[in-house]
Formats: sequence, C-alpha cells, structure tokens
Amino acid sequence: MSSYELMVIFTPVLSNEEFSAGTKNLKKFITDNAGEIVGEDTWGLKSLAYPIAKKTTGLYYVMEYQAETSLNAKFTIQMNRDESIMRFMITVLDKHAIAYNDRKRRGIKIEKPVPAQKESNQLTEKEA
Amino acid sequence: MAKTDIKYLTTQRVEVRQKKYCRFKKMGIKYIDYKDGEFLKKFINDQGKLLPRRLTGNSLKFQRKVATAVKKCRQMAILPYVTDLLK
Repeated sequence: MSSYELMVIFTPVLSNEEFSAGTKNLKKFITDNAGEIVGEDTWGLKSLAYPIAKKTTGLYYVMEYQAETSLNAKFTIQMNRDESIMRFMITVLDKHAIAYNDRKRRGIKIEKPVPAQKESNQLTEKEA
Repeated sequence: MAKTDIKYLTTQRVEVRQKKYCRFKKMGIKYIDYKDGEFLKKFINDQGKLLPRRLTGNSLKFQRKVATAVKKCRQMAILPYVTDLLK
C-alpha cells in the first residue's frame, strides 16, 4: 500500500458538474479497487504555461491516495480512455513527501528557504 | 623593518565572496514540491532553462531533486519548457 499523488488537467470546456463528475469517478475508481484517498485539492481553472491540445487553460485537480502498486496500471488505462482528461501524472510519494503534504494540508506554515544568497561582497578594511 | 608599510590613499578593498551553501541542507528541507512553480522559478533562468549547480549553490543530491521537480512541473504545464519570460 504505497502512497501516490495524482495530478490531472481536465479540458476547460467542462462545466462545473462535469468537472466534479470527472473527479468523482476518479475517486470512485480508487475506492472500488481497495485504495483509499488521503486528500484532494482542486485548483480549478488555471492558465497553462504552453498550449496543450490547442487549449491555453485547464482545470487542475490534485489527489493523494494509497493503493496497491497494481492499481496504477489500470488507472492509467482508464484515464487514457477518458477524453475530458488532457493530461495526468501519477507520482510516487516518499516519506518526506507524505510529511510535506500532511503539513500542507494541516495548514502549518511551511517556511520557504532563505532567499537566494546574492554575491554580496562585503568590503573589508584592510589595515595597511 | 622587513615589511615596508605602504600607505594607500584609500583603503584597499578586499572582495570577500560569500561562501555558497545549499539552501536545502541549511533550512532542513527534505522534499521539493513539483507543484510549487513560484519556488522552482528560482532555479531556472530567463529562458526557462535549469541553472547549473555552480550558480544555484545546491548540493548534488538536491540539484537532482530540483531537476526532476522542474521537469515534472514542465510536464504539467506549470512551468514553460522554453520562453523569454522576464522573471
């Protein structure tokens, strides 16, 4: 039961119900095949960095789930068949990633790393 | 006196280059999220290309993690493959 993270881009032409219906049957697929959903996050309509399938915007949906490793093969086949999905990506989560997602879900402020250190050349007085 | 004292009009400026450090090790960050486009923009240049280690100062382990995260980000159209974005 390793944990995975799915990210899906739906075509923007979907209406809200179709979009929620699409996400619902993704979840149904997992719960049917003895997987369980840890968390989900809908970003909604976002502009893409480059056009995909002639469209410049997409409906983003992110989901974290735990399932058997064999489920992903069936899952990708099912998602390839679905026309409303433009692109999807399943990533394996290691323990740091799971901890990160938990912290993010619980809303604990994640301190960003210190800003990039600039080439600050301090001037040092060189005693003559 | 062995060393003659040379007096300069202005003090001699010695440029001390700040020692580069790996921000992930220093901040104790273990996971680089590929969904966070804004943060990953620090590691790509204006054309969207990945910056080398000597500029980002990352350690090898985290530079690879950043590289895979940026590639996943590009795949999911959060970051562009090539652009002339004025970052």
